[in-house]
Amino acid sequence: MLKISDLKVTVDGKAILNGLSLDVGPGEVHAIMGPNGSGKSTLANVIAGRDGYEVTSGSVSFMGNDLLSMAPEDRAREGVFLAFQYPVEIPGVANIALLKEGLNAARRHRGEPELDALDFLKLVREKLKLVEMKEEFLSRSVNEGFSGGEKKRNEIFQMAVLEPSLAVLDETDSGLDIDALKTVAGGVNALRSEDRSIILVTHYQRLLDYIVPDKVHVLAQGKIVRSGDKRLALDLEERGYGWIDTAADAATA
Amino acid sequence: MNTAVKELDELVGREYKEGFVTDIEAETLPPGLDESVIRFLSGKKSEPDFILQWRLAAFDRWKAMECPEWAHVHYNPIDFQAISYYSAPKRDEDRPKSLDEIDPKLLETYNKLGIPLEEQKALAGIAVDVVFDSVSVATTFKDKLAEIGVIFCPLSEAMANHPELVREYLGSVVPPSDNFYAGLNSAVFTEGSFVYVPKGVRCPMELSTYFRINALNTGQFERTLIIADEGSYVSYLEGCTAPMRDENQLHAAVVELVALKDAQIKYSTVQNWYPGDEEGRGGIYNFVTKRGACRGDNAKISWTQVETGSAITWKYPSVLLEGNHSTGEFYSVALTNNCQQADTGTKMVHIGEHTSSTIISKGISAGRGQNAYRGLVKVLKSAKQARNYSQCDSLLMGDRCGAHTFPYIEVKNPTATIEHEATTSKIGEDQLFYCRQRGLSEEDAVSMIVNGFCKEVFRELPMEFAVEAQKLLGISLEGAVG
Repeated sequence: MLKISDLKVTVDGKAILNGLSLDVGPGEVHAIMGPNGSGKSTLANVIAGRDGYEVTSGSVSFMGNDLLSMAPEDRAREGVFLAFQYPVEIPGVANIALLKEGLNAARRHRGEPELDALDFLKLVREKLKLVEMKEEFLSRSVNEGFSGGEKKRNEIFQMAVLEPSLAVLDETDSGLDIDALKTVAGGVNALRSEDRSIILVTHYQRLLDYIVPDKVHVLAQGKIVRSGDKRLALDLEERGYGWIDTAADAATA
Repeated sequence: MNTAVKELDELVGREYKEGFVTDIEAETLPPGLDESVIRFLSGKKSEPDFILQWRLAAFDRWKAMECPEWAHVHYNPIDFQAISYYSAPKRDEDRPKSLDEIDPKLLETYNKLGIPLEEQKALAGIAVDVVFDSVSVATTFKDKLAEIGVIFCPLSEAMANHPELVREYLGSVVPPSDNFYAGLNSAVFTEGSFVYVPKGVRCPMELSTYFRINALNTGQFERTLIIADEGSYVSYLEGCTAPMRDENQLHAAVVELVALKDAQIKYSTVQNWYPGDEEGRGGIYNFVTKRGACRGDNAKISWTQVETGSAITWKYPSVLLEGNHSTGEFYSVALTNNCQQADTGTKMVHIGEHTSSTIISKGISAGRGQNAYRGLVKVLKSAKQARNYSQCDSLLMGDRCGAHTFPYIEVKNPTATIEHEATTSKIGEDQLFYCRQRGLSEEDAVSMIVNGFCKEVFRELPMEFAVEAQKLLGISLEGAVG
């Protein structure tokens, strides 16, 4: 599904990713953990194609295509989804309007007919249930006046509607209380499937109690310093990131 | 919605065709302005003597007035003696021969708006073969209005057929002495619409210049007068989303609205005059005076405008709130791209008790566009318990454009409540990226964000107009980002 090889990325001339490699197969859920500033969000943004990140070497291939050469909207239409860490507010644009445009753009891209208003409404109503949201949510402006939890639920709701092949969840757990976390995790679990890969970017082990990953990677100083199964996350929680930094320093030295 | 738009397109098409069969007498005055020109204009339409005298008095005053320079716009001085104040429609051999002679950018826009080829030619001023449709929509429409007593005709016709109404109301809201361009207009106006809605009548359809028969709807010095008698209602649409070329660079129109007791007038404009090329060459100067008077208790006047065209726009649709409990509203979207300049806003003058006004202004600047909001809220001593709410938002795209806000507030009565909010924002990279990550192209994303920004104004527009206006905004902003 996704193959990242020796990826090096700088931001304003500063090296953030230093030769990161990652292989995510279809249906797999990978967690990427690491301390602040380790490059987790950079990785998420580079996959989605945000401006301001310079790839100096390496490659990212998504279902056999060179992802880095594609415009952000083309990546989205091909099935790459990013759940934002800080979802932006767009005043005056109804949640449902943005989603309908997005979904139909992807359908056109795949050569499928666009959904009309009725079919679309039917689809979104169904998906709302996944994240336990009321229908009035649809007509509100995108993220405007949403609480932190509502914003994150909205991201998962959008993911449910767009049905991506690869979803990158950037710190989706941050700022959530335990109930909201359970709701969001429930939504994500419902979306796990054989042909959908998920990358969970997170600082805390807590999220992984609810969404159990197939693999856990630890990112430090711009590269993956350790990979394992979910027990690695538990180790991390016990020993802290200091342990990893030492390991990373040792690796670089 | 598509059907509505299509219908509208069809109707527009008919009107343009009809526009080319009007005014058969061919005569053109040489450039220049003196008393004889005014006598000629007045004689041409066989106007009553009181109109001629009114024009001449206006001309005398105008000669002593000076061209205003306070607006935040820049242009070379206009030579008013170099303008011809009467020209018959161009003869076919003087018009462009084919679309090949027209600015390709303009044609591109026509295509994007889905305007049929024949209509494109008409809009661009190309000679077209016209077959007059004798059972036109416009005629049917006019009959229907006559049944309920609504008068809707060219102003010149009203002067002949309803002189008592014209005498009572012409210049009663915008007197010739009001300002330089209103003075000029009063002396030399040639075309325009007249509407009278009788007591208690609710005009069942939107009145629109599209339907006006035998009148070119693009007079250089247009004058419109709308009167809503007690308890009546009328909604009037002005303009067209298709960019229209015009040989006349200067446009100085006057619009006067009078709403009597319990009457309501809703006036909507989509203005899309030719803005000039990307360097601003050849664009229209649109210097307009629009004002309404709520002349009885509980009267209401709403101005809604979407301004995307013209090289320079200078326009302040205003309301005089004379009656107690009367209401004035102003909803505006003004967009400037490339080298366009706009100085627009409103004046709300509170005279009666418990009068209220609302101002929602959305300015969008892109390219090297300069956009100024200029608004006055004036509460006179007599206006007990007056209320105003003003909100002025500016959206900037890129770093070469400008947004300016000049709010003036004068309050003479301590019981007034005045609220003013203003924001300036840049269209966010974050917002664009968010939309693109959901699959929208950059242009669709810009259009969606901008339309969201303008939503409070668009929802005041009649449905078909709103749909067209959204489309127009998207097209006007193409290439503005990135």
